[in-house]
Amino acid sequence: MIQADLNIILPEIVLSVFAMSALVGTVYTAKDRAAGLLTWVTAGVLALVALWIGLTGEGVNVAFGGMFHDDAFARFAKVTILLSAAVVLVMSQDYMARRGMLRFEYPVLVTLSAVGMMMMVSAGDLIALYMGLELQSLALYVVASLRRDSMKSTEAGLKYFILGALSSGLLLYGASLIYGFAGTTLFSGIIGAAGDGQAPLGLLFGLVFMIAGLAFKVSAVPFHMWTPDVYEGSPTPVTAFFATAPKVAAMALFARVMHDAFGGVSNDWGQIVSLLAVLSMFLGAIAAIGQTNIKRLMAFSSIAHMGYAMIGLAAGTALGVEAMLIYMAIYVTMNIGTFAFIMSMEKDGKPVTDISALNMYAKREPGRALAMLVLMFSLAGVPPMLGFFAKLGVWRAALDADMVWLVVASAVASAIGAFYYLRIVYYMYFGEEGETLETGRAPVLWVCLMGSAAVMVLGIINLFGIEGAAAAAAATLVN
Amino acid sequence: MAQIILFAPLIGALIAGFGWRLIGETAAQWLTTGLLFLSCLLSWVVFLTLDASVTQQIHILDFIRSGTLDTAWSIRLDRLTAIMLIVVTSVSALVHLYSFGYMAHDHAWKEGEHYKARFFAYLSFFTFAMLMLVTADNLVQMFFGWEGVGVASYLLIGFYYKKPSANAAAIKAFVVNRVGDFGFVLGIVALYFLVDSIKMDDVFAAAPQLAETQLTFLWTDWNAANLIAFLLFIGAMGKSAQLFLHTWLPDAMEGPTPVSALIHAATMVTAGVFLVCRMSPVFEYAPEAKTFIVYIGATTAFFAATVGLVQNDIKRVIAYSTCSQLGYMFVAAGVGVYSVAMFHLLTHAFFKAMLFLGAGSVIHGMHHEQDMRNYGGLRKKFPMTFWAMLIGTLAITGVGIPLTTIGFAGFLSKDAVIESAYAGTNGGYAFWMLVIAALFTSFYSWRLMFLTFWGEPRGDKHTHEHAHESPTVMLVPLGVLAIGAVFSGMVWYNSFFGHTDTVGKFFGVPYAEAEAHGDAEGEAAAEGEHHYVLTGAPGEGAIHVAPGNTVLDDAHKVPKWVKVSPFIAMILGLAVAWWFYIVNPAMPKRVAEVNRPLYLFLLNKWYFDEIYDFVFVKPARWIGGFFWKRGDGNVIDGAINGVSMGVIPFVTRLAGRAQSGYIFTYAFWMVIGIAVLVTWMSLTGGAQ
Repeated sequence: MIQADLNIILPEIVLSVFAMSALVGTVYTAKDRAAGLLTWVTAGVLALVALWIGLTGEGVNVAFGGMFHDDAFARFAKVTILLSAAVVLVMSQDYMARRGMLRFEYPVLVTLSAVGMMMMVSAGDLIALYMGLELQSLALYVVASLRRDSMKSTEAGLKYFILGALSSGLLLYGASLIYGFAGTTLFSGIIGAAGDGQAPLGLLFGLVFMIAGLAFKVSAVPFHMWTPDVYEGSPTPVTAFFATAPKVAAMALFARVMHDAFGGVSNDWGQIVSLLAVLSMFLGAIAAIGQTNIKRLMAFSSIAHMGYAMIGLAAGTALGVEAMLIYMAIYVTMNIGTFAFIMSMEKDGKPVTDISALNMYAKREPGRALAMLVLMFSLAGVPPMLGFFAKLGVWRAALDADMVWLVVASAVASAIGAFYYLRIVYYMYFGEEGETLETGRAPVLWVCLMGSAAVMVLGIINLFGIEGAAAAAAATLVN
Repeated sequence: MAQIILFAPLIGALIAGFGWRLIGETAAQWLTTGLLFLSCLLSWVVFLTLDASVTQQIHILDFIRSGTLDTAWSIRLDRLTAIMLIVVTSVSALVHLYSFGYMAHDHAWKEGEHYKARFFAYLSFFTFAMLMLVTADNLVQMFFGWEGVGVASYLLIGFYYKKPSANAAAIKAFVVNRVGDFGFVLGIVALYFLVDSIKMDDVFAAAPQLAETQLTFLWTDWNAANLIAFLLFIGAMGKSAQLFLHTWLPDAMEGPTPVSALIHAATMVTAGVFLVCRMSPVFEYAPEAKTFIVYIGATTAFFAATVGLVQNDIKRVIAYSTCSQLGYMFVAAGVGVYSVAMFHLLTHAFFKAMLFLGAGSVIHGMHHEQDMRNYGGLRKKFPMTFWAMLIGTLAITGVGIPLTTIGFAGFLSKDAVIESAYAGTNGGYAFWMLVIAALFTSFYSWRLMFLTFWGEPRGDKHTHEHAHESPTVMLVPLGVLAIGAVFSGMVWYNSFFGHTDTVGKFFGVPYAEAEAHGDAEGEAAAEGEHHYVLTGAPGEGAIHVAPGNTVLDDAHKVPKWVKVSPFIAMILGLAVAWWFYIVNPAMPKRVAEVNRPLYLFLLNKWYFDEIYDFVFVKPARWIGGFFWKRGDGNVIDGAINGVSMGVIPFVTRLAGRAQSGYIFTYAFWMVIGIAVLVTWMSLTGGAQ
């Protein structure tokens, strides 16, 4: 019995063992001198595990009496998480090494948080959920303050930690309410207690607190306030990591809790999720206009994008979940490219994050500028790019669920949001003459930027088969 | 063969239009002209060897298949088509040839600018579209040709696109035609709605039922046949420049003169007449619509003739004359003798094309001077043109020997129209209008001749000194057309306006000996003649004449004074013109002074343009301006600008202030958020 259970969580065990042995091994040997090598090895291991999960996993496997689910939905999320974590690690290595902040703990912590995320997306029980969430978060708190000597970085880590603790408290309070009213922590038990369309108010209160805790993780308004500060304060590679894998994990967990545990009362949480979605989209769009720091700007951008992804969730249908998963996959790809670009922004060897530094960048680096233009258009949702089709997918799901107002609101929000994406393009192509950025050196960043931009264009023709996987994933979650 | 006739002009147009850079301008000109002559030759072969009793349908390709709509692209070949084929291809071929000379050195273009290939490509494209129209086997195909000629007309009127007036005229032609086309489309849609098919055969077969169907349209019920016929006629009015939709035709004279001859005299403008004749099975069941056609046609004939009396631009005189003659054709069609309408269409194509080409020859030789007041005494300078124009004038005014069938083309066809009008309306409004119009026609045609070719040279001396006869390439078409203008009436008189049996045979309509009905029958029998009536069902043969429609027969039995009246009108018109412009040249001025309001009324074309400007154009502009300045500018732009430049930055600042950087603020917002969510859930969720 335990043997079968362990087999199911073998990828998580492998990664945990790898992380701990890497930690111990490096502490007693080369320490930071081996950090570069370890980063690459970790990235390789993460990618291998992603391949392993993606290629061999099949069916629905339940371990530990329903606490852990290995199904198509979890696998889709895990592959996305692991691959994006691997790519971010690869991108980080050169950037951090040149600035002397590459520590060997960094890949280890990323791996541990990835294990936490895998736990989150597979959770079938409130306890498992919390365990995954905290493992992920604790690793991220540390990573955020990776530059111990930087005020901003430590401030970011501390803020993240305190507010994260608050959100964990809310989540735990919700979980205890749910346990009190449902008498079980298993999702499969809760869905029975929540009933079909009718649920006791106490359970709904618990649900609201759970949503608040999860909304913090996906940085949905009004639980988003930490995002800009943490994104700005953290070293850029860490920000890139924050903007990708944890968002996918949190979003997937959100969907899993809502559908697996509260599938019967989707009308109730649908309202709340759509409210959060609208608030996030509008605040993300409007507040970003005032930003001049590109990292803060990307923070608001991620808030807005989480809003769009939540439309798919709010629809409460399999189509919605499918659209949400595709949205997240596309969003992660766009963000990797964008952060690859941000990491290559430097002047006199120092990183630059002010968007006015992009003035007339296109003259100096036409290729990169073009790639960035594609990415910005895609983020803004301008039709020929893939980002538009991501939005189209969630809109279709919302229309299918008769949520026309949500579609209209998000279209308005995306029109407002287009402003700041296009402003970056404006600076690059039509800005004033001035000191421009240096040419980035790292080939890895160039590859990531160009690859991501290429996907935004080529993806229109073929989404590399992720629709099928996403549809299968959504089907296992919503039935 | 029919396919070659149809597609040769298209191939010419495509090669000349897109490939002239490869093959050169001269080659493009020769190619299009050569293909047109081929097309023309084959058309005559088709016309002369046609077995009219069988309607051929030559399938070309499948067109639209959607639901119950199954439409093939095919050629409908019967007598009506064959007549139009020879008219269109003959005039077009001659105009192509003529254009070699006319367009050789156009002053509108600088040295080195290429325009000839474009011109010939347009001409050929027009010919293709026109052939498409006349060979159509279903209404959508016809509409394709209908719009195709519209486009070609637009392109050719605006050929001198550097001239603002040419562009304005082109747009005007296009827009006015859209009004007519709207009616045409509604007619087609109504037919499809009721018959569930747009094929000619199905529509014709359903015509009798249409007469008994009621159709709700706009505010009330209509007789379906009447309504459809009326809507189709609206389309015909636009294309054929009938009263109220005629304003574009005079302005269309901005195009090069060969274009005026081909499109705005001989072929395109007659498309409306052709439409009515083609749809004769429907019109035969729509008596009110036919009455409407007669009134519009007669009024147009009269109106255009009056305006033609006082115009000074040589091309405008002929343009109004065209408008007027189209009115004659519609009257014939309206009283139900479609063969006579086609007869006048055929003869008119010859002499009107010739008049235009002759006028073009004068304009060409006079260095693009078009005002007749600056002509005079050009007989010597333009001997060949003079003779051609003289023949054209004799033809249009209707010179011939009264009470016989000997005379110029116009004599026979116009008299046929007037006799039909008398028979069809019992000597009513239409008849008198047409006779008066005939008088005016004679007057303005001779006025044109006298002002141009007789008298003393007026205007710029230099121009007169350098005036020269046109090259042979322009005179040959005039000669060919002159043959048509002289003989076409006499040759085909019996086919179009003979006895019922010959007409029936010519158009492929079955006929039978009439049963005795009254005195006339007795008389005829006494003379040893047989009387026939057309008995074809709708769709049998090229035209349809309903049982009881004996106008064709009756037209031959009108009183003698009726038959002579157009001749008298012609003589009167000639005499007055002679007196005004040869004997006493000061006379016209005095008459104009005495009747100044009338003169201005006519000179300003009954103020149609001014009225339309006031009623339609000005309000439309005002509404457009209102929506643009107020609606778009103030409301839409204002709102968007207000939101994007006022509201959003304000909210952005607020959001920036909320992002204070203090953890307690952030925590506070989270608590507020959870409080709001919990409240909402407790108000709306689950138990409630």
